[in-house]
Amino acid sequence: MREFRVYAIKQGTVIDHIPDGKGVAIIDLLNLKSWKKIVTLGMSFPSKRLGRKDIVKIEGKELNPNEANKIAIIAPTATINIIRNFKLARKSQVEIPEVIDGIVKCANPSCITNHDHARTKFYLESAKPLLLHCHYCERYLSEAEITLL
Amino acid sequence: MPRKSTLRSFKNRDVISVRDFSKGDIQHVLKVAKTFKARPHPDLLKGTILASLFFEPSTRTRFSFESAMERLGGSVISLADAKSSSSSKGESLSDSIRIVEKYCDVIVMRHPLEGSARLAAEVSKNPVLNGGDGANQHPTQTFLDLFSIHETQKKLAGLHVALVGDLKYGRTTHSLAYALALFGARLYFIAPQSLQMPDHVMRDLEKIKAKYSFHTHPEPFMPKLDIFYATRIQKERFPDPLEYEKVEGIYVITKKLLKKVKKNFRILHPLPRVNEINYEVDNTPYAYYFEQANNGLYVRQALLALVMGKV
Repeated sequence: MREFRVYAIKQGTVIDHIPDGKGVAIIDLLNLKSWKKIVTLGMSFPSKRLGRKDIVKIEGKELNPNEANKIAIIAPTATINIIRNFKLARKSQVEIPEVIDGIVKCANPSCITNHDHARTKFYLESAKPLLLHCHYCERYLSEAEITLL
Repeated sequence: MPRKSTLRSFKNRDVISVRDFSKGDIQHVLKVAKTFKARPHPDLLKGTILASLFFEPSTRTRFSFESAMERLGGSVISLADAKSSSSSKGESLSDSIRIVEKYCDVIVMRHPLEGSARLAAEVSKNPVLNGGDGANQHPTQTFLDLFSIHETQKKLAGLHVALVGDLKYGRTTHSLAYALALFGARLYFIAPQSLQMPDHVMRDLEKIKAKYSFHTHPEPFMPKLDIFYATRIQKERFPDPLEYEKVEGIYVITKKLLKKVKKNFRILHPLPRVNEINYEVDNTPYAYYFEQANNGLYVRQALLALVMGKV
């Protein structure tokens, strides 16, 4: 088995330990389709920890903590590796923020955020299992009900 | 998350959800409402304008808010008909509020969408009082329910309270259960299984360690109860009309059901009633639902005066 199945990057971010099948959603979440440099998506890599995992490598972009925490909502197991000159400069585990602003869509069709010009806002009720609480309609959203805007 | 039991200033505060109020806050509102019931304050809000925005029909809530404002010497501007308002022309709620707030000092709003009152409060510089946002919250109803319970029982802590009828869709029981649990009441949820308390309400009650139990029939608990809070069961909530017919009679309060109740026992109902309370019960000492509706006036006077910083 080859050690590297995707290119190593010189400068940028490697998002590792993404749950199998969630890599595409991460690319959407970070709006990487319009990123003009190289983005590599690896799917279903074997993983000791997860069984199977996805990996996203972004050339020339260091994710800030806010972007990293957004990822946590759909990929709570993800690790963020900041690469500088082919070397690992910093490694961190994503963490779901206490307040999630404008990323998640409310699953309640009667919530005002689905009808008016209001930015969604949720409070983290529990990380495991993932449970969010809508600031506006006060409903709870479980992981299965979460969709991104 | 329940707030700490410290009293915050009420001036310019919004009244959106009972979850925003601590025990101390609630007690303060009830205390102020009692002073309004004892003595009229005809000039307290003279020169103050209430915008009454009811985007869906309401009789009791709208009348009692508007009457409360008039009785405090203030005046009211209101939507003649939600259907002819600018929202029906496609104006967003945020824009409507931005305009209306310029013409008034305080806003009361009922709107069919959940979270609409919270959004209005964020947009408006003036205080917003939620007169009901869809199936979510109706905090002034909760305050008047608590006021009526306190008035009849002289306390809120440790009471045995049955919430009966449609607990799934009846928003008044959701926030009342939460507020009563804050005060350590023992709750009995009595409803057909398909209309029991929804999971999201139970989650909130668990968080504040509420004491409760679920039941389908009220009779066995009647001798224990201090308060019987009845709600309307709507036929259209049942997919099968036969299911409705099966439960229809179980939750009707008759004189017979009241044979073994305690002396301090009282029946409350957010009204309108259809057939949940037999008319023969109206003349018993246990009927308190009309006085409860009357209390809405004093509680809303108290809330208006508090958010305007006049008490």
